[in-house]
Amino acid sequence: MVVYWTDGLIFFLVIMIVLLGWRTAGKEHLRRPWRKVAENRMGMVSLVVLLFFVTIGLLDSVHFYPDLEEGSAHQSNEAISLFDEWVTPIRVQDEKSYSAPFANRLFAKEMVELTDGQVVWDYPRLHYGGAHLHDESRKTADIIGLAGKGMLHGLAIWLLAIPLIYFLKQRTLKGVGHNLIPIFKGETVLPLRAIALTFLFLSILTCSAAELALHYHIFGTDKVGQDVFYQALKSIRTGLMIGTLTTLVMLPLALSFGILAGFFRGWVDDLIQYLYTTLSSIPGVLLIAASILMMQVYMANHEEQFASLALRADMRLLFLCLILGITSWTGLCRLLRAETLKLREMEYVQAATAMGVRRSVILVRHILPNLFHIVLISVVLDFSALVLAEAVLSYVNIGVDPTTNSWGNMINSARLEMAREPVVWWSLAAAFTFMFTLVLAANLFADSVRDAFDPRRAAD
Amino acid sequence: MINYIIRRLLYMIPLLLGVNLITFVLFFVVNSPDDMARMHLGQKYVTEEAVSKWKSERGYDLPLFWNDEQEGIEKVEETIFFEKSVGLFFLNFGRSDNGRDIAADIGQRMWPSLAIALPSLIVGLLVNISFALLMVFFRASRLALWGVTLCVALMSISGLFYIIGGQFLVGKLLMLVPISGYDTGLAAIKFLILPVLIGVVGGIGSGARWYRTLFLEEIEKDYVRTARAKGLSETRVLFTHVLQNAMIPILTGVVVILPLLFMGSLLTESFFSIPGLGSYTIDAINMQDFAIVRSMVFLGSLLYIFGLLLTDISYTLVDPRVRLS
Repeated sequence: MVVYWTDGLIFFLVIMIVLLGWRTAGKEHLRRPWRKVAENRMGMVSLVVLLFFVTIGLLDSVHFYPDLEEGSAHQSNEAISLFDEWVTPIRVQDEKSYSAPFANRLFAKEMVELTDGQVVWDYPRLHYGGAHLHDESRKTADIIGLAGKGMLHGLAIWLLAIPLIYFLKQRTLKGVGHNLIPIFKGETVLPLRAIALTFLFLSILTCSAAELALHYHIFGTDKVGQDVFYQALKSIRTGLMIGTLTTLVMLPLALSFGILAGFFRGWVDDLIQYLYTTLSSIPGVLLIAASILMMQVYMANHEEQFASLALRADMRLLFLCLILGITSWTGLCRLLRAETLKLREMEYVQAATAMGVRRSVILVRHILPNLFHIVLISVVLDFSALVLAEAVLSYVNIGVDPTTNSWGNMINSARLEMAREPVVWWSLAAAFTFMFTLVLAANLFADSVRDAFDPRRAAD
Repeated sequence: MINYIIRRLLYMIPLLLGVNLITFVLFFVVNSPDDMARMHLGQKYVTEEAVSKWKSERGYDLPLFWNDEQEGIEKVEETIFFEKSVGLFFLNFGRSDNGRDIAADIGQRMWPSLAIALPSLIVGLLVNISFALLMVFFRASRLALWGVTLCVALMSISGLFYIIGGQFLVGKLLMLVPISGYDTGLAAIKFLILPVLIGVVGGIGSGARWYRTLFLEEIEKDYVRTARAKGLSETRVLFTHVLQNAMIPILTGVVVILPLLFMGSLLTESFFSIPGLGSYTIDAINMQDFAIVRSMVFLGSLLYIFGLLLTDISYTLVDPRVRLS
């Protein structure tokens, strides 16, 4: 078991969210906007998709040292994650070089020695992709067969899961058929049918992908023969880390400065306003670039502190979140300051002051909870922007470590591949598919959260 | 008015001082010039002489803030802070780490940047406003819902994909325009079409959605109801009354970024290899040329603060209700 910094922080964040949810569940006035989110069909479907990504990301954040197996070159003293363990086949089945999605032969011709000793110039067979095929003309049928098998698995899991969930909730299986009818007619208050169908879709997709990935490279292989599907899956963690850990850095700064400036006014306000105007007037990308450059110099000069390659990449990811957080708190701070200015003139705050409640208590009891909706809206809105920013930063070489799997790095390498003839398009396609799904789900969920929490939109 | 502008100009000084201090701390205090020299010359097998030669060639061999070896005013003047940072206030950018005059480079490279950024802005503005108006015109219908969904989908695609996809489709498959490059004078136009097009398409998602909310906010107001009560057609209400009033936030939002247009776009310029300030900055980042990055940070902040001032002034021009005091 080994805990990287980002691993620890992400689980800390998960615990915080669970605690917050537990607190919210007990209070009716806090639950109301959440119920509105839950009744939004688009919001819930995207939430299911988001949770699917988060699960993969979290599984990918539990690292340990695998037991050394004999005769396996891959299992050195490199830490792997639970997710790696789970997808071991696609992690270790490296080919020689590029191969197209679902290919059973390499992308470029090579000298191949046939069984009778003759040497020909041909596309060699892959070591793993489609290696089980004796008759190559049956490839399409084989793929369809595998996908169908996976689909059946997915469907079976879904069919078993629904009565199971029902049983866990109701403690009995009596009347399951009767009670499920309104769900399938779509007559429930919560969009349960849409949620169930999203689950079905995801479980079918996962199962057929798992079935196919055992025998083929779904998204092909990259220059050094690594499975692109595996890279895209690993990149989920990087994207989630950037999107969430940055928030962890940004929130304390924005909250404390915003509240202090709005509540105490006077010179505190002037100072904080000066601080955030200065910071926000530096163009964001340039400030990030400058900070990352400086970090690179620091890391190069203190190599002894970053013992292993993995640790180094992890620290760089953490630094990136830190820098993004420090450069992005100003917008939220400005909003919070304005809202605090408004809140401190409220009658209940005046009443509290008149009754001699201490200022620190007023801040925590009366001001802070009423800022929650602004914080929440801006956090969910920022998430997708940060995931997109990661790709751009990695392209400019100021993003995550080049050895870290990330969509930005995949796009970066795809740039040269697009110029090849014939085109190597699958790295780009994989990065696009995954990134687009995550960001779209995040955007749609953010919209539903904003509709539910923003008092200006509450009317409609 | 004049008073206000002067006061705002004076307020720029502490802001720029702050920016300057931040960049100075980032570039010289967090890592000493020795570290930078080692970074450039390679980590290992570097002699002390090589390091000090590198530093003295670029003027990094002085103390940071205070020079004890000098007399009088020179105690302050003969320092890295004075030489490298204070000069920026007078737009004296000095020389880059490989010896080129930064100010001359900037003067030369800002025009290609502008040649891309300005058409992208204008065309983008027109397209976004028309698209947003259409969505508002067909509001509460299936068409508008699909329009908004399209916007969210467009927003969810990374800018990199627009560029790579556009280059591949228009440049490589259809061969309508050259994939990348630049030329002087009017010959540049054929190189500009694709970047501008991609810039516009990439901006539709967020832009049109933002303008749509502005229009929707405006459409709730009383004067719109009056206009409808007078019996004006919906088109008339939308395209004259609402559009004119919603132009106030739109235009002031544009004014802020006007000065920054000179800075160019990092991504577009480097993908299309256009010799503008954006690709200049990227090259500097990749070559780890700290002098250039420092200058660009300062220039960017200066232009942004200038843009804020312009915004305030433009408010008074377009909206007679706003008076500056």
